Amino acid sequence: MNAGAGRLAMGKQGQTTFSASSGEASEKRGLSLFPPVRVATEPWQNPVRAHHLLVLVFLIAFPIFATPFLTYQIGAQSLAFGLIALSLTFLGGYGGMISLAQMTVAGIAGYMLAIFGMSGEAALSLGWSWWIAVPIAILIAVIAGTGIGWLSVRTEGIYTIMITLAIGVAFYSLCLQNYSVFNGFQGFQRVYAPTVLGINFREQTPFYYLVLACAFGGYFLVKYILRAPFGVALQGIRDNPRRMNALGFHVIAHRVAAYAVAAFIAAVGGVLLVWYNGLITPNSVGTSWVINILIIAVLGGMRHPIGPFIGAVVFVLLQTFAIDLFDRERFNLVIGSVFLAIVLFSPDGLLGLWAAWKRKFLKPRGGIK
Amino acid sequence: MKKGALVRTLASAVVLAAFSGTVYSQQEVKIGLLATLEGPFAAGGADGMRGAELAIKQRNGMAGGRKIVLIKASSDAKPDVAVNATRKLVEQDKVDIMVGPLSGGEGIAVKEYSKTQPNITFINGSSGAQATTLVNPSTNFFRFNTEGAQWMVGLGKAALDKGYKRVMVIAEDYAFPYSQVQGFMSEFCRIGGKVPLKAWVPLGGKDYSSVIARIPKDIDALLVVLGGADAVNFLNQYEAAGGDKPMIGGSITVSQDVLNYKGKRRDSLVGTISAGPHADAYDAPEWKAFVADYQKNYPVSSGAYPTPSLFALVYYINMKAALDGLDAVKGDLSGGQAKYRDTLAKMTLKTPVGDVKLDANRQAIGTAFITEVVKDAQGGLHNKVLRKVDGVDQMLGMKKEDFKVGSRDEPNCP
Amino acid sequence: MRFRQWAWTLVLAVPLAAFAAWAIWDNAKLFFITLLNGLTLASLYFIVASGFTLVFGLMRNVNLAHGSLYLLGGYVGFFVAEKSGFFTLALLAGFVAAALIGLLMQVAVFRFMQGEDLRQTMVTIGLSIVIADLLLWGIGAQVHQMSAPDWLAGPLRGIPLITAYSKYRMALLPLGIIIGVLLWLFLNRTRIGMMIRAGVDDRGMLAATGVNVNLVFATTFAIGAGLAGFGGVIGAVELSMVPGEDVRLLLASLIVVIVGGMGSVVGAAVGAIILGVAETYGLAYAPTYSVVFTFVILVLVMAFRPRGILGQAA
Repeated sequence: MNAGAGRLAMGKQGQTTFSASSGEASEKRGLSLFPPVRVATEPWQNPVRAHHLLVLVFLIAFPIFATPFLTYQIGAQSLAFGLIALSLTFLGGYGGMISLAQMTVAGIAGYMLAIFGMSGEAALSLGWSWWIAVPIAILIAVIAGTGIGWLSVRTEGIYTIMITLAIGVAFYSLCLQNYSVFNGFQGFQRVYAPTVLGINFREQTPFYYLVLACAFGGYFLVKYILRAPFGVALQGIRDNPRRMNALGFHVIAHRVAAYAVAAFIAAVGGVLLVWYNGLITPNSVGTSWVINILIIAVLGGMRHPIGPFIGAVVFVLLQTFAIDLFDRERFNLVIGSVFLAIVLFSPDGLLGLWAAWKRKFLKPRGGIK
Repeated sequence: MKKGALVRTLASAVVLAAFSGTVYSQQEVKIGLLATLEGPFAAGGADGMRGAELAIKQRNGMAGGRKIVLIKASSDAKPDVAVNATRKLVEQDKVDIMVGPLSGGEGIAVKEYSKTQPNITFINGSSGAQATTLVNPSTNFFRFNTEGAQWMVGLGKAALDKGYKRVMVIAEDYAFPYSQVQGFMSEFCRIGGKVPLKAWVPLGGKDYSSVIARIPKDIDALLVVLGGADAVNFLNQYEAAGGDKPMIGGSITVSQDVLNYKGKRRDSLVGTISAGPHADAYDAPEWKAFVADYQKNYPVSSGAYPTPSLFALVYYINMKAALDGLDAVKGDLSGGQAKYRDTLAKMTLKTPVGDVKLDANRQAIGTAFITEVVKDAQGGLHNKVLRKVDGVDQMLGMKKEDFKVGSRDEPNCP
Repeated sequence: MRFRQWAWTLVLAVPLAAFAAWAIWDNAKLFFITLLNGLTLASLYFIVASGFTLVFGLMRNVNLAHGSLYLLGGYVGFFVAEKSGFFTLALLAGFVAAALIGLLMQVAVFRFMQGEDLRQTMVTIGLSIVIADLLLWGIGAQVHQMSAPDWLAGPLRGIPLITAYSKYRMALLPLGIIIGVLLWLFLNRTRIGMMIRAGVDDRGMLAATGVNVNLVFATTFAIGAGLAGFGGVIGAVELSMVPGEDVRLLLASLIVVIVGGMGSVVGAAVGAIILGVAETYGLAYAPTYSVVFTFVILVLVMAFRPRGILGQAA
């Protein structure tokens, strides 16, 4: 093999991809999929730009000019899925651990809410009020997510996908087969958002604002964490765990903590999703949705926390209006091909395409010819 | 700046799409049709759509003096997908009447949704779960087809007539088979039959070796309530394991899907009794006309079945109800469709398999057919009618106080 | 160390032995039939999972399209059997068809992504969705049940205690063993096998010794994919072919490989036996909790031996 091919084989970042020793496979797996993000640490390095304000105004004013259907089915649904996908982006893009168990964690939160709160299954639900049931559901989901993380971090990056997928499917099978707790195939119906202070959150517009608030919360939480020492350390661990270990950082603890944070975000998304659908069944946490969340995250791009939300909007739009554009039956083919195209040609998703377009067409004037 | 521009363009495109969906003329009636066109019931869903379209074709696309515009949607047997699709049809495409969905779990979810849209009339597609109209019924959700338990009325007696006194149940573990088993057992147990063992198989499980290993020696027959792939699989494995007990079929077990499957084992099905809302060989003129119409409009070469399946029939019945109702009110859907719904609740619907009336929960009271599998001259299998039972209601002939919705443990007669 | 190992073996073995004793006393026929069922299912899982672990072990490529290859092989085998009437031909056809597609995937797509494991895995996810939907579009959603060949159809009678057992299923036992032995011979007694084993240990060194690594990779992927297709034809008879089977078999392979050890064919055998037996006993004795057993095994293995029972540090 000639030297050129050898360099090619060594991977884009010039690091050794065929490491003889054990353990540090995270050095070699496809980090080229997620180029390092410049982390701004001073507020003046990250000013609020005009486009930020525009997006903010658009999102807040959305229910005013959109129909209730769009507000609810497109707006609220995308934001809820975007939140769950955000947890995957956080773990994958910034932690280097692609976990397919985020939908599972969201599902655990949803199921716990149905079991502890009120649902149509009087025999199985405890019927507690939402302000007890929701925190309990999120707490249980976070504990479960941390447990899943603890199990998954003891192996390297690429194994995480396999293990989390297996856990996700095991949970789906559990929900499907168990009747004493999870009510099997039926799942739980009539799990509705509560009426708080006179506002009925089952209505389209109040629910949209609730989801929007949570989405903002998740987004700014992630942005804050990324700039905090914990987040910076996490990205360092993503890039080179051995070096971070040598510097004295507890690699496993950081990773598990990242899982816990991601579990919290996914759990909130899960609660919102159950309220959106008004029900939860094993199919809500089945393989197709587990993979769909990954598709959403990759579609949008893992280089920035806005990516999953963009991916979710595109996904939900496609899913809703597919039947008007083409055969709804071939939806899977379309979404699979889009995903394939993104991974093959623009691994940074839509955000990557956007950045490439900017670079190509928005060259500064007077530049080098 | 540019990112905001992109978002705004996207927003305007979406808004445009939203408004373009609401253009319609006063003379048209929009009917939404939902069936599963993806996933395991895809073939049944496609046939259901054919049945519904046939009902419209038979009246040249008009009812009550207005033109019918059909808008289709698809789901994949998941309740959340079904609700999303229904929501789109009702709130985005602004349909006046909604027909669907196909499977039991979806039906319950769509019924719950229908309570949020009191001015739209929802008619069932083919979902057959008992709970849809028995538990928390919705005042604007109508089901003109009988459900899983009603379909099995009369089969208990037929089984005892054949000499099956001890029967083992092998069924999938979800609501529809529960109702089927209840429909069978409520009669069977009452007239002296015994069901020593019920084996509930997880949905999607393909390995029946464990269930087959547990079949006791002293039973007379197996009540197999599996659908589609699972039934085929079970038959195969059972024969290979040396099994020879006769079978009693649930309504979807010996349906067209299974009788048409591409394998060599179908001969073992001859003689199986079953029950359901229809039978291929029923000789009433209305039924024959329906079958002929289906075959004329949907030849096998276009992907249809040789004779209409259960899904085609049931979707046809429900769509016919919608259209007959429109005729009766002369197309008047004003006043929140109150008059329309009132007419639907009171009318007697003429279907290819007999008359159907609705009970107080807007659930159909109809006919059940007991059938037996026979082989015809061309070597094809179909169901011959042994008997039919009219006027089957959702209480299965029991008093309201005695009746409990079917579940894994209910009813029980070991 | 030795005491620890003994302690662990006892902790696991005693409850199992107690259960076995009770089950035999309660219904011996059921116990032994279930044992046979579990072992034969394990055989199928082993054949499919060995392909998966081969590809993973050498190329660090988690091929999540493995299930789609299983489905593809099954369908091809079904149609060949229908047209020609020969079961062995169908087996061969299933193997070859899947192997060709696998070869295509490796040469046209994965070769350019060497080293980017995560990206490769995502591509396999995309491919699995696309292939599954294309198959659904072209072949339809109906059941395709393949018949066992005449010489394997029907029950095998006259067995003591259990009386009768499916001939076809019984044949899976020796088949699994034969495939296992053939694979072992291939990996340990042929030149290419030697290169594959060397590559699993150290890819860089293998390239440095002048071996055409791309050829080795392509061969391995083809064999791995072919095994999936071969398993598909076997499964088409026993379990029937329907969209959805691809996901089921993929997950079974995942669990087998996680439990048994990644990159080890013997590990795949061990994992397959554990999974097959656990699943079958679970279904026979506690149907609503069978998945819990599988899950508990998965969690235990991941907690105490993250690389799998026979997995090497690599």
